[in-house]
Amino acid sequence: MKTRLTLTQILALAVAIYAMWLVLSGHYTGLLLALGVVSTVGVVLVTIRMDLLDHEGVPLLHLTARVWTYIPWLIVEVVKSNLAATRVILDPKLPISPTIVRFRGKPHTDLGRFIFANSITLTPGTITVAVTGADFHVHALFWEAIDGIEEGEMNRRVRALEKGLPNE
Amino acid sequence: MVIDILSWVFLASGAFFMLVAGVGVLRMPDVFTRLHAAGIKDTLGAALTIIGLMLQAGLTLVAVKLALIWIFLWFTSPVASHSVARAALLGGVRPILQQTDGDGLESATESARLGDDQEGSSR
Repeated sequence: MKTRLTLTQILALAVAIYAMWLVLSGHYTGLLLALGVVSTVGVVLVTIRMDLLDHEGVPLLHLTARVWTYIPWLIVEVVKSNLAATRVILDPKLPISPTIVRFRGKPHTDLGRFIFANSITLTPGTITVAVTGADFHVHALFWEAIDGIEEGEMNRRVRALEKGLPNE
Repeated sequence: MVIDILSWVFLASGAFFMLVAGVGVLRMPDVFTRLHAAGIKDTLGAALTIIGLMLQAGLTLVAVKLALIWIFLWFTSPVASHSVARAALLGGVRPILQQTDGDGLESATESARLGDDQEGSSR
């Protein structure tokens, strides 16, 4: 079934692809700029024909407003858990307590669960090993890393992030 | 000059975390715990190194490209870590676990086997 596309989605994709071309090329002569337009149009047409552009294709349209508070928070979390993991590794006794914990994730769109699972893995000390529906299985290097992850702030924040996505 | 010093602080601390990750990979007992150690290099090690290099590049196109590398790295490395962990679990590697949370390992293996095709079936 063909997905219904809005003009905004198509335009956003075209702008993103052309911006990528400009950044990676670095040559701003008429010919190369025109070639960029040609390939952008080509890619967009192929994308539409292959039906690749769905509600997840250009999610930034929905996330742009909220993602700017999430990213800095995530970076701080990553730094904190990196320091914790570094302390464990450099400790002569190597105080690890590997655990696998199962818990319910609050996000329920595909994109929300993807962001949540990847955010968990991105913070050292926790790796998402399996996701089925709302079931998240997380392997943790030490007990504290996983303590209260179900009621944790990341769970809540990603849930808030995905609000307003289509097919929520 | 100030930027140079700042840049070297970032590069040196990036190198430090890379080293820690290497030490961690050698010290950890099994594949799952090693992945945690390798994660340090993917996240903080790479980020600090890239920030250091961006400071060297100044406000140029090179800095933008470095930022793109950072973004792509933070998108792809958790996916890779997850794939390795899931593949190991499906391949029958028994993780060393200290505190078992009920049937954590069994249900994780089952969930890894099912993947997300069975959406909703386990809710």
